[in-house]
Order: sequence, then structure tokens, then C-alpha cells
Amino acid sequence: MLQDIIVTTLVNGSVYAMLALGFSLVFGVARIVNIAHTAFYMLAAYAFYTLFAKAGVPGVAAGVLAVALVTAAALACYRAVIQPVRQHESAVLIATIALALIVQESLLYAFGGHYLGVPSTLEGAFRVAGASVPWQRVLIFLVGAAALVGMWALLYRTRLGLAIRSAASDLEIASLLGMNVHRVTAAAAVLAAALAALAGVIVAPVFVVDPFMWLAPLVIMLAIVVVGGLGSLGGSVLAAFLIALVEALTVFAVPAGAFLKGAVALSIMIVVLWLRPEGLFGVAYEEER
Amino acid sequence: MPRRFAFSLSIALAATLALLGAAGPAFGQNTVKIAILGPMAFVQGENHWAGAEMARDEINRAGGISVGGRKLMVELVRADTNEMTSVPDAQSAAERVITRDRVDFLVGGFRSEAVFAMQEVAMDHKKIFLGVGAAHDELGLRVERDYTRYKYWFRVSPTKASDLGRTVFAVLNAVADQIRTQLNTPTPKVAVLAEKAVWTEPLIAAARKSLPAMKMEMVGLWQPSATATDVTAELSAIERAGADIVFTILSGPVGIVVGRQMGERGMKAVAFGINVEAQKDEYWGATAGRANFLSTLNTYAEVEITPKTVAWVRAFRERYKKTPAYTAATYDAIMILKEAIEKANSLKSDDLVPVIEKMSYVGNAAVLEFDKRHDPVWGPGKSLGIGVQWQEGKLVAFWPPNIKGMQPFRLPAR
Repeated sequence: MLQDIIVTTLVNGSVYAMLALGFSLVFGVARIVNIAHTAFYMLAAYAFYTLFAKAGVPGVAAGVLAVALVTAAALACYRAVIQPVRQHESAVLIATIALALIVQESLLYAFGGHYLGVPSTLEGAFRVAGASVPWQRVLIFLVGAAALVGMWALLYRTRLGLAIRSAASDLEIASLLGMNVHRVTAAAAVLAAALAALAGVIVAPVFVVDPFMWLAPLVIMLAIVVVGGLGSLGGSVLAAFLIALVEALTVFAVPAGAFLKGAVALSIMIVVLWLRPEGLFGVAYEEER
Repeated sequence: MPRRFAFSLSIALAATLALLGAAGPAFGQNTVKIAILGPMAFVQGENHWAGAEMARDEINRAGGISVGGRKLMVELVRADTNEMTSVPDAQSAAERVITRDRVDFLVGGFRSEAVFAMQEVAMDHKKIFLGVGAAHDELGLRVERDYTRYKYWFRVSPTKASDLGRTVFAVLNAVADQIRTQLNTPTPKVAVLAEKAVWTEPLIAAARKSLPAMKMEMVGLWQPSATATDVTAELSAIERAGADIVFTILSGPVGIVVGRQMGERGMKAVAFGINVEAQKDEYWGATAGRANFLSTLNTYAEVEITPKTVAWVRAFRERYKKTPAYTAATYDAIMILKEAIEKANSLKSDDLVPVIEKMSYVGNAAVLEFDKRHDPVWGPGKSLGIGVQWQEGKLVAFWPPNIKGMQPFRLPAR
């Protein structure tokens, strides 16, 4: 049972981490609470379905193309919807909720309310210590891990990363020092959307693609970024795996209460807020930056 | 014109109009307007509409419905209830078709909670509402409790939830018998995998009570959310419990995840129960072809449930390139209306109710007769349902075995 819990935690945790990291990145840099973040995850899953399952584009090419298209769409949405109201947090919140619903309704109109399946890009499974692990799930973990490492390298080993971290530290001072904060914020939004799109592409062959698939991960993602500490990148990644572990433990420990896994995750968020309102890594991140 | 003659003529004219109003179509009415209510962006609504279109075209091609010495064409009003996301939208749709579109009858509905709301609207306006989609027992119980108000409601398909339960346990017993014989397992182990929803609770309670009596061992209950995207943990635990049968009680998209992940894991247990998603042609594609041997209750297949079934399912497939889902029973609902209108020679709800109550209608998947709750009478030869299994990409009917066209149920290789 332990090996099942570990495998489930690693696979789900890497998807949650990709979503939460992008959300935290944009919040850290521009204080934007982007509710439409998981709508781009959903849009990428649909794009991958259309390209791979319908148009017959090979898996890797379809994945790259889907991520590129959705990232471009996200940048356009950022410029058209978020940037004009960026200074007003409540307006951003409302605008991104509207954006997410527009994406949902558009997909409902275009594809109907059907539950769509994407064929596996990797067939078969292997057994490790008695646990059966499909190769498709190994791919999710590996791609997720690679994306997280790549994002860390970008943020800590490149000039763009330095600019993003500077803007996250203090946007006004960064602006006074001559940094083009609009461009930096847009870059953060693009990176976040690319991570969400990549998550959507890699889960599409495992999950069901439907016009409401953005809602469940949105709730969990918000819980993760609060537990990790709003704006804390490292905190978000660690909290993602923590929440995934709690979900797996709930299902294995209380089989008849498997539906409670989301509620348990949210309860942990409440407990963390109660004991440490800044989140588990909020202060550490403040000091770090 | 003498005054007395004019008076007599007026009385005669008024009496004629009154009689026309009482027995025949309204003055100037050229069509019978029927609202088809359903979630039109979803498979259930698509099938509501498709079944209704087939009935409309067939009736109109044959000249229409005879009433009051005239032939009236069937006119359908397509009403998207949006009930998957909003029950109030469904209620508004019912109001709209009655007050704005001025329909004569309502047909359809899917989610029980939405149908409850639409039923109230239809009853307020004393409009006959033939339910095609919702299974909750309470819909029929209302007729029994308050006949005067709810008599205009009839359920055409599916049978009520408690009768669905009776069928599902009968098929489960047949599957268990095959496991006993083929695998030499006297007491098959059953894992109950039920989504967390109100409608699954009576079936879970029945499983706890009935499985030991049916010489089966219940090894556990797992309850994912209806929209869960991952059931790896549940399936791992079910495998470890050594289950021979995964008894599914699922209506949401989790039914796809279960089929797909059972296939990915190469599980030896066979899945049977209610899996609404598995009833659709799209299921095999949605599970990426992993759902081999998964089985479920269903309504339609190319087998002789009634003398009409095979020809109708073929005609439906030819027209829509897919197998009908159970909400396509809007066809039967409209045909019942036609038969009742012609028999009563009236479009008035109060004239039609007693006719429908006494009717025995041979439908496409059942012989429909209505009990005191206006629910279809359950049982072999009446309204029962069938068991179907996915075999190499095809949905194959296997139960009840005495029906012509049924094929053997298959177990995964061990």
C-alpha cells in the first residue's frame, strides 16, 4: 500500500506543482490572482485532443504545438483582459473569472458537453514493489519534474529570471531602476501559462477532457498556494506534493470516504491559515527575496 | 334576419365552438406542439432530440395525428434546459415553452433535481409531461400522494430507481454465476465502487444486504467523487482486496476513468453495474480502447427486446451514426401521445390521462404499461432493461439470455 501511496503522490503532486508554481509566479511578480489559470490548462488539453486524437499529429509535435498555441492565447488574453485593470486587484479577480467562464462556454459550444478521451502516448505498465504503474503516469512525473527543474534554472540562472525575481521582490523599485515591469510581468504570465498548458497536455491522456475540468484543479491549486505561502515558489512546489500525499492517504485510509480527499486538503489549508496565516513558507520566501 | 333566428344561430355557434374546444384541437390549430426538454449540449439532450425527430418525421410522413376530424402535424419545440449546470434554467425552460411557445405537451428532462422543478411547472399549467431521463422514485410517488395535481406526469424511461436496482442485482447474480462456474469460485468477492451521490445510497444499502444472501462477499466500498479524474488509489486497494467483480454505481465522468484505468492496470476483476458513460458509443474512444469486458445496464441494443427494437435501433444508427441512448425514448413518448390523442379524439390533458393510464404500448425497448404512480410496470416482458458488455470495441448485449440476439458474457483472461 505504501508504494501505491508514493506513486500516486509523485504523479499527482507533479501536476499540482506545475499549476501552483505558475499561479504563484504571476502572483509574486504582479499580485495578479489569475482565476483563469486552470482554464488555460483545460484549453491545452482540448488543443492536444484536437491535434493528436483528431488531426493525427504525432504526440510530441501535438504537445509542443498545443503548449505554444495556448501560451500565445494566454499572452493575448493577458494583454487584452488583465493588463488594462492590473492595478485593481478586485477587477483582475472578476476579469479572470469572466475569462475562465468564456473559455468554458466556448469549449462547451465547440465540443459539446461530451467527455473526451485522448489515447495514451505511451503504452503498458510496469510493477514496482507490487504497485502497478502505467508508463503514461511515469511520463507525467518525468515531464513535471523536468518542467520544475527547468523553471528553477530559468529563474535562478538567467537574466530574465533575475528580472522576474527582482520584480517579485519590489515592483516599484524595479521600475525606478529602469526595468520594463510590463514586459517582466508579461514574461511571468507567459511562463505561468506555458506551465499550465504543459500540465494540461500531459494529463490529457490520463484524465477525461471536458468543459468543466478546470474547476477541480483550481480549488486544489488555490489551497496549495495558500498552504505554501502566497507568492512562494518553493513553498508552492512543496505544498503541491504535501496536498497530493494527503489526498492519497485519505483514499487509502478511508476507502468509503475517497470523495472527501478534496475536503481534507482544504481542511489542511484552513489549519495552516489558523496556525501560520502567511502559509508554511511565506516568511522564508519574504526573507529570501 | 329575424332576431330569434340570430339568437339561435349564436347559441349554435357558441355550442359548436365549445364542443370543438372540449374535444378537438383549438380553433385554427394546425399542429400538435410538443416541447422537447433536455440538456442539448450533452449526449442526453442530443438523444432526446434525435428520438423526437424520428417520431415527428414518421408521424408527419404518415399524414399526422387524427383528432377532431382533422390531421394535425407534429411540431417540435427544442428547449435547452441547461440542467447540467443550473436547475433554475430548467424550470425557466419549462415555463417558457408553456407560456411563450404555447406547447401542448412536454417530453424529456434528465437530472432528477431539474425534473422535479419542471414537473411542478407542468402540473401548475395542467400540461401532460412525459418524463424521459430521470429515475428518482419520488417523481412517481408524487402522483400517488396527490393524484389530482400530479396525474399529468408519466415516466416513460428509464424505470424508477428502485426497479433499476432490481434489474442490476438480477444481472449481477448472472455474472456471479458465471464466475462460480468458470473460475471455480463458490463465493465471488465483490468490491462496490459507487460515486458519492444521493441516488447511489439505496443501491449501496441494498448491496450490503443482498450480496451475502446471493452468496457473494462484499470486500469493501469505495466512493470517489462523480467527477474524479483519478481512481488509481481505489483500484489499487480493490486489487489488493482480491475482488472478482467491481460493482459500479456511477453516472458521472468517473465512469470513464474507471474503465480506462482498470484496462491500464490489466485488472482481472470484471466490472458490472450501472455506468452511464459506458452506455454511450463514445465510451470506447473516451477510454482510449481500454474498457474491454466492462459491462453495464443499458436500454437499447440490436436484440429483440420487443418486435420493434432491432429495426428501430438500425434506423437510428443509420440516421445518426450512433446507438441510441436511453433518452432517445422521446420517440416512444411521442408515439404514446399520438395513440392517446387519436383514441381520446382530444388534445385536452384531462381527456388523455385516463387513456394513457389504460394503455399497453409496445415500445422500442419495453412494453409500456403504467402503474398507479404512472411509472412503467417493471418485469420481464414489460420494462426491464438489458445487460451490455464492451467486447473488442463493440457494445454487446448479454442479458436477459432468453432474448433473441444475446451473446455470451466474457471474463478477462487470468
